[in-house]
Amino acid sequence: MKKLVVLFSLTVALASCGGKKNQGSGNGLSGEVKIDGSSTVYPLSEAVAEEFRNTEGGVRVTVGESGTGGGFKKFSRAEIDINDASRPIKDEEVELCKQGGVGYIELPVAYDGLAVVVNKENSFVDYLTVEELKKIWEPAAQGKIKTWNQVRASFPNQPINLYGAGTASGTYDYFTEAIVGKAKSSRGDYNASEDDNVLVKGVSSDKNALGFFGLAYYSNNADKLKLVPIDDGNDANGKGAIPPSAETVTNGTYQPLSRPLFIYINAKAADRADVKSFVKFYLDNAASLSKEIGAVALPAEVYPLAQKRFDSKKTGSAFANGKKAVGVNMADLLKAEQ
Amino acid sequence: MVKVKEKAIEGFLIFCSLITVFTTLGIIIVLATETIKFFSEVSIIEFFTGTEWTPLFANKKFGILPLVCGTLLTTLIAISVALPLGLTIAVYLNEYANQKFTAIVKPLLEVLAAIPTVVYGFFALTFVTPLLQQFIPDLSGFNALSAGLVMGIMIIPYISSLSEDALRAVPKSLREAAYGMGSTKLQTAFRVMVPAASSGIVVSIILAISRAIGETMIVAVAAGQEPKFTFNPLTSIETITTYIVQVSMGDVPQNSLEYRTIFSAGMALFIFTFLLNNISFWIKKKFQQKYE
Repeated sequence: MKKLVVLFSLTVALASCGGKKNQGSGNGLSGEVKIDGSSTVYPLSEAVAEEFRNTEGGVRVTVGESGTGGGFKKFSRAEIDINDASRPIKDEEVELCKQGGVGYIELPVAYDGLAVVVNKENSFVDYLTVEELKKIWEPAAQGKIKTWNQVRASFPNQPINLYGAGTASGTYDYFTEAIVGKAKSSRGDYNASEDDNVLVKGVSSDKNALGFFGLAYYSNNADKLKLVPIDDGNDANGKGAIPPSAETVTNGTYQPLSRPLFIYINAKAADRADVKSFVKFYLDNAASLSKEIGAVALPAEVYPLAQKRFDSKKTGSAFANGKKAVGVNMADLLKAEQ
Repeated sequence: MVKVKEKAIEGFLIFCSLITVFTTLGIIIVLATETIKFFSEVSIIEFFTGTEWTPLFANKKFGILPLVCGTLLTTLIAISVALPLGLTIAVYLNEYANQKFTAIVKPLLEVLAAIPTVVYGFFALTFVTPLLQQFIPDLSGFNALSAGLVMGIMIIPYISSLSEDALRAVPKSLREAAYGMGSTKLQTAFRVMVPAASSGIVVSIILAISRAIGETMIVAVAAGQEPKFTFNPLTSIETITTYIVQVSMGDVPQNSLEYRTIFSAGMALFIFTFLLNNISFWIKKKFQQKYE
């Protein structure tokens, strides 16, 4: 019993240690910034929010991840201040915002690239075309495409073992949309996991493996995996097969597996001091933090341009009327808009 | 007054013992209602005969055989490791080893059962699989073989401990009679003692099987997540338990058909282990008293 009392008081003492508020070097702002949206942007927003809490302890920043679409729904009802988006706003979402009387400021914050990888010991895969990837992953491949030589005749007759994102993951939606042509449409007989580390482990320990996941996870495990360059068959954005890298993702030549990531800010909330200071902090730190969490930073010149766009409170989307976000040079786009 | 007190205490005791009963009932009711809803949308014939399991994908197929196959495969591997080893250990401890040795080794063996299964899982994934790949280059990173082997090690104590108890319960007179007839130690052990304790040994095996079927973490970590209708232990598979983990971890919306698949899979699993436990109970009751 005595022991229990000691243990209990120790726990209480320890627990009370963690409660100190870190006021840091902030401006003593207070308030609450509510963020929701894409699970792909989530790590970046969360990293920024975490850093921000260290300097502005008085401002509460909450980051959710209910998906880009789910986030826009809340955004259009003005329930949140900022929506994370892994694609530009859709026309019907623009309409919803109009109905809710919500103006929005669209800012690009980073790029996201998907890496297609094989085992380190795989010597025959030099590149893959989008067509070949489609052949492997489309629903019709289920139970049929089982060996490498079915993908390309020059590949050996070895089994092909697939590893990919699970259906709950935004990466899955994105990959299927870019490769198969329809989101959420793929074969079902592969190793599916929402945990990218499981996929890394699978591909790195299976010499017949083929997998895909966020570029970040490749960069962190580059010694165990082999990156596959992708040929999209469109010479307009780079000839031949192109491997993903910070450079090819930013200049839009690594297609179709790269895309820009955005934050959308409620125009009314943008007048608030806490939101203002958070967005400034976001744009100042997005470049360094995206490297940390494995996304690809935008070119350095883009962030000041985005800050300008925010300061001038320019609402509306640069991608209205179905303009594609893939392969767009962000700097040119933002300059043209000013 | 005393009587009321007695009654109150009695009621409390009954209540305590009923908690477990009601928990089981609650689980069965939840499983059953969700499973019934599930089968109102999916044909029960497809469920039990289909060889493709892709409920989370656009092209939905609800044949549970690949999951059953994965479960049986890992269980089979585990039992073929645990049965010979466990039984040999039990016979050795009971017939050959001196009592001091037994007193030390038996608790040590039972430590195997106390290791968290997730630790076993990572042991299979990061140690056993790379080791096996030295001999079998075609082995996938996630595979039924290493998960099954490690699971076999995990369930050794179930077999060795319970079998040893069964062997010890065999009346001394039988062993002495065997020696009196001029049997060697080995003959006594395997021709007399093991058959005499067979009911207890079978019970231990069945309990170990039912433990292996329900095991989750080892297979979730090391055996892969690819429902495949195969008995090839070198490739990745998915067991019923792994599938349930996978769905409950992802963000599948509640009350959707996808969500209900885990209840139907859980029901299948429950029926499996329920039957096995009842068989073992029945064997115990029917055969145990033979020598007393």
